[in-house]
Amino acid sequence: MSEIPANLKYAKSHEWVEDLGDGTVKIGISDHAQELLGDMVFVELPEEGAAVSVGEECAVVESVKAASDVYSPVTGEVVAVNEDLADSPDLVNHHPYADGWIMQVKLTEEGELEELMDADAYGELVSEEEH
Amino acid sequence: MPNKTPLFDQHVACGGKMVDFAGWDMPLNYGSQLEEHQAVRNDAGMFDVSHMVVVDLKGAEVKAFLQKLLANDVAKLKDSGKALYSCMLQQDGGVIDDLIVYYLDEQNFRLVVNAATRDKDLAWINQQAAAFDVSVTERADLAMIAVQGPNGRAKADAVMTAAQVKAAAGLKVFMGVEVEGLFIARTGYTGEDGYEIMVSAEQAATMWQKLIEQGVSPCGLGCRDSLRLEAGMNLYGSDMDETISPLEAGLNWTVAWQPVEREFIGRQALEALRDKGGLRRFVGLVLQDKGVLRAHQDVVLNGEVVGETTSGGFSPTLGKSIALARVSANVVDECAVAVRGRELACKVVKAPFARNGKACVELN
Repeated sequence: MSEIPANLKYAKSHEWVEDLGDGTVKIGISDHAQELLGDMVFVELPEEGAAVSVGEECAVVESVKAASDVYSPVTGEVVAVNEDLADSPDLVNHHPYADGWIMQVKLTEEGELEELMDADAYGELVSEEEH
Repeated sequence: MPNKTPLFDQHVACGGKMVDFAGWDMPLNYGSQLEEHQAVRNDAGMFDVSHMVVVDLKGAEVKAFLQKLLANDVAKLKDSGKALYSCMLQQDGGVIDDLIVYYLDEQNFRLVVNAATRDKDLAWINQQAAAFDVSVTERADLAMIAVQGPNGRAKADAVMTAAQVKAAAGLKVFMGVEVEGLFIARTGYTGEDGYEIMVSAEQAATMWQKLIEQGVSPCGLGCRDSLRLEAGMNLYGSDMDETISPLEAGLNWTVAWQPVEREFIGRQALEALRDKGGLRRFVGLVLQDKGVLRAHQDVVLNGEVVGETTSGGFSPTLGKSIALARVSANVVDECAVAVRGRELACKVVKAPFARNGKACVELN
């Protein structure tokens, strides 16, 4: 079973969102998603300062198996990206919720966080997919 | 329901992530494809290749039959157990499959063909065999385990009988021997030394477990693909198929043009293609930019599409992405590959990219 931290919010497309409480959120892909994709070999990050909208492609994670789009779970401006992924894309596999984060976004539509799933709802989605 | 090999329970017990491959429930990996890849390059790994199709051909005319059926010439095989890699062609020169043929004696040969092409291969072989005194027998009773890597043979020795070890020790590369219930061949699809061992379905699980006890890492289809790509070995269905001749798939070396009297199936078409010229080249590409090349992306030169990648992926040994590509003759040193709307710079190289644990291409 994959790990689903209770303090995070989740999108149907398997991204997680951590509310940092200062109007910004941290975003990455879930443990379930990294497990499905397999060993990461490259992450194409967005540019700092880029505008992202909810549901829009914002990054690409490339595993040994395939390239997969990451969709922004929120609307806003990218204020930081995880530069460590350039040399260590495997952080996404080993620490999907910590050192494997992808980008930090300054929210322009705070209400969007309410639209995301909590850990229980996401857990149900994952178990449906696994069976 | 997909087919299960005699090792299915072993895969599940080893934590294999099972996927459908050509109608078979096979392990993609057992956790980490990259770790499995490195195990084969640096130590020893094993693959269940029981889904591959073993076909025994026997009879007074088997040699003449194979000289017609295959683009390579089995007359090259003089020593019992010697193997040959060949394409089996259509009349128009397109590749039906690539295979290994073992010479056992003048009336006794063994083929190993791909699982994904089993039905059409057997239909073709049987159709062509009708005109010859040859029996065609599929050996579905055999499982096959490939033990690959620099320590693969030594670790495999530890699970074999004294007679098997002795016979295997005498094998040159690309030779096989049948001894005490095993057919042991010094072949593989990884670019490393090792054995492919045919074993009865009943004994396969025991052998697998003993190999695990020897520290041989179970390896899935994922790293089988990345290893063969690094080794510059073609994958049927990706690098060539019925629409491609061996002359445009880097397989000219497997076509035996001599003796000219040998009328193998596809010969006339290949001669016409060869004489017409203008053939596309089959090359290796090493990505110079960041990113990952994949199969069937456009190769671009001076703004024009000049070919396509036929296989692509990340090379753990090089730490870069690599590809095999079919390109027009003007692609010589450099080109680009279109990846999600961007052109990524590539260096053109001659495959293999890596073998025997080491890179074979200059990276700069």
